[in-house]
Amino acid sequence: MTKADLVDAIFEKVGLSKKEAQEIIEILFDTIKQTFIEGESVKISGFGTFNVRKKMSRRGRNPRTGEDIEITPRKVITFRVSNQLKSGVEKGHA
Amino acid sequence: MTKSVLIEKISEKVGSLTRKQTEIVVETVFDSIKEALVKGEKIEVRGFGNFRLKNRRPRKARNPKTGDKVDVPGKRVLYFKVGKVLREALNSK
Repeated sequence: MTKADLVDAIFEKVGLSKKEAQEIIEILFDTIKQTFIEGESVKISGFGTFNVRKKMSRRGRNPRTGEDIEITPRKVITFRVSNQLKSGVEKGHA
Repeated sequence: MTKSVLIEKISEKVGSLTRKQTEIVVETVFDSIKEALVKGEKIEVRGFGNFRLKNRRPRKARNPKTGDKVDVPGKRVLYFKVGKVLREALNSK
């Protein structure tokens, strides 16, 4: 499933035009992204929680060349699936 | 940020929709994603990230308290991988 399928779902279920549906989906993900950039977590009940975690600088090694390098401090997004969706997904296993 | 705050923010940016309509759209988006995941589909949102499912094999584990062997059935778990554009936006400057 891609953004195009989400546009179709909005078109069919909500009755917006495809253009409007596309616009609002872009705004939705952009708004979430902007929130991450501000360092804030996003919690969607019944779906899951996205957290922004700050990683400190640490020593690493290039596994190919064996060279010592510094891994720069960075922000990463972690996703914790809600219990509801977790059990929904689990059961899908044959 | 919670879903209701998200709806509020989107509603402010989309003048043509009421708050209620925005809410229906946002719920529909997450419900559609959930439905697809439960069916075993992966989700790719360009610039944002991917939701993927991985199969876990059944395994034998032990109850740490009693030491009893327990069978852990196989299951599917959900992973999110952040997209390149978002990862770079988070770490620019």
